[in-house]
Amino acid sequence: MTQCHSPGILLSKASLRFNQKILFENLSFELAAGKITCLLGPSGVGKTTLLRILASLPLAGRGENKLQTLPATVKKPNPDELIVHYDEQEVVCNARIRTSDQLPLRGRLAYMAQTDLLLPWLSLLDNVMLGNLLRHVPRSQSQIDHAMHILESVGLAEDAHHKPHALSSGMKQRGALARTLMEDQPVILMDEPFSALDAITRYDMQTMAAEKLQQKTVLLITHDPWEALRLGHQIFILRGQPANLSAPIIPPMMPPRDITDEALLPFQKQLLRELDLRISVT
Amino acid sequence: MFVSRIQNFIINTGKTLLPLVFIVIVWQFIVVIDKLPPYILPAPLLVWHTLVNNVPLLFSQALPTAFESIIGLTLSVLVGMSGALIFTYFRLAREYLLPSLIISQALPTFAIAPLLVVWFGYGMASKIVTVMIMLFFPVTMTFYDGLIQVNENWLDLAQTMQATRWSALRYIALPAALPALASGLRLAASWAPLGAVIGEWVGASQGLGYLMLNSNARLQVDMMFAALIWLIALALLLFFVVDRGMRWLIKIR
Repeated sequence: MTQCHSPGILLSKASLRFNQKILFENLSFELAAGKITCLLGPSGVGKTTLLRILASLPLAGRGENKLQTLPATVKKPNPDELIVHYDEQEVVCNARIRTSDQLPLRGRLAYMAQTDLLLPWLSLLDNVMLGNLLRHVPRSQSQIDHAMHILESVGLAEDAHHKPHALSSGMKQRGALARTLMEDQPVILMDEPFSALDAITRYDMQTMAAEKLQQKTVLLITHDPWEALRLGHQIFILRGQPANLSAPIIPPMMPPRDITDEALLPFQKQLLRELDLRISVT
Repeated sequence: MFVSRIQNFIINTGKTLLPLVFIVIVWQFIVVIDKLPPYILPAPLLVWHTLVNNVPLLFSQALPTAFESIIGLTLSVLVGMSGALIFTYFRLAREYLLPSLIISQALPTFAIAPLLVVWFGYGMASKIVTVMIMLFFPVTMTFYDGLIQVNENWLDLAQTMQATRWSALRYIALPAALPALASGLRLAASWAPLGAVIGEWVGASQGLGYLMLNSNARLQVDMMFAALIWLIALALLLFFVVDRGMRWLIKIR
């Protein structure tokens, strides 16, 4: 892996009010350097919002006109500290972001969403190279080779010149992973990237992602306790209203774990209990 | 493969033409049975003769109309697309100008065409302006809708990739809005000759609209029909060119 110096990230004093309703207040959590941190919780609890704060993405959607939105106000009181403040119409949000290497996070993160977000008019290869296109980096043969190499490593070399509509949903999400890897950033933010896949494809993708994302600082948002157990070096559970965060849960062994391993059974029970999921009907 | 494509083409053309042929036959029938005089309703055969015998006249009158349509259409596309971009990126323009622009569309172009002749003269300028007033709005609105409705998750992705405003527009919003723009342009292309003719009706010394008005005054209804057919052909030609061009652009985007 090329990136060995992925920073740790501390998000603190995060608060979010949506339509006068407090979703969370004074939350803090740390993404361990070079590790996968899973944020597990039911939908609507504000997991995605925490990810979007880290990525400085708009919180309340982009409104009617998608191309023109109010960006987050970003303050830098200290060199190692970033205060993000959103004041969109219904959303008031504050958070502090620190990185362990004191460098800003901006421009050092890659984002993988729930859907593949491949542009339908571009070939898979061009989609993988989208970041360079958007940053006006001239297209060079070495970059094409690099992109082809990444596509090969996710098993899509033969489909490089196909348009996304010719691919299955699993292949599309592997394409999205290839595009994320092409960005070659130390920090990866993943918002339920495998939730739209069928169980078999999802399992494959989890294994592949754990292998490809070694040494990177990863935030993986999920509502699937088994996914968290397979992939997370550490797991936080976000639940309640206003939401609060559990202490970090650190299962034994290295991801991708075999969730049928007996050593994980108590962790499965713990996660289900913390999510208030009843295990049997009685 | 090739033969079956030719077959398909012939069958599809047949399907398109069949109702037209039927209408023409009924038309001829009515004229013959009712013994209608040609200054009320000329028989299709008479229109055909007029069409064939007056090719130089019709061509010379179609030329200015075609010129007005094409220039008007081109300018409408330029103004319309610029308008859409301005409304997309400038909130003040959107809040202050867009409502009055929509209200202005309630005003029929026909009603202000005489004014345009007063302001822009008897020549081609007033016709080009008429075409523009008719066409730029559908171009603006379809393109604007296409731009603002781009998938916001693509824009999120672009933002994390450090895209600039320009590159997000050029590589994401613009290609995404192309199909919407294409429907606006198709609409505009088929309306352009209509705009030119409306301008010519109000006051002109040449063009298909002028020819129609003149023929009408002399009860040469067959010539009116001949001019109409040229007008239809012009509209279809513009539509075809724009449609093909946009399909090509969508394919290579």
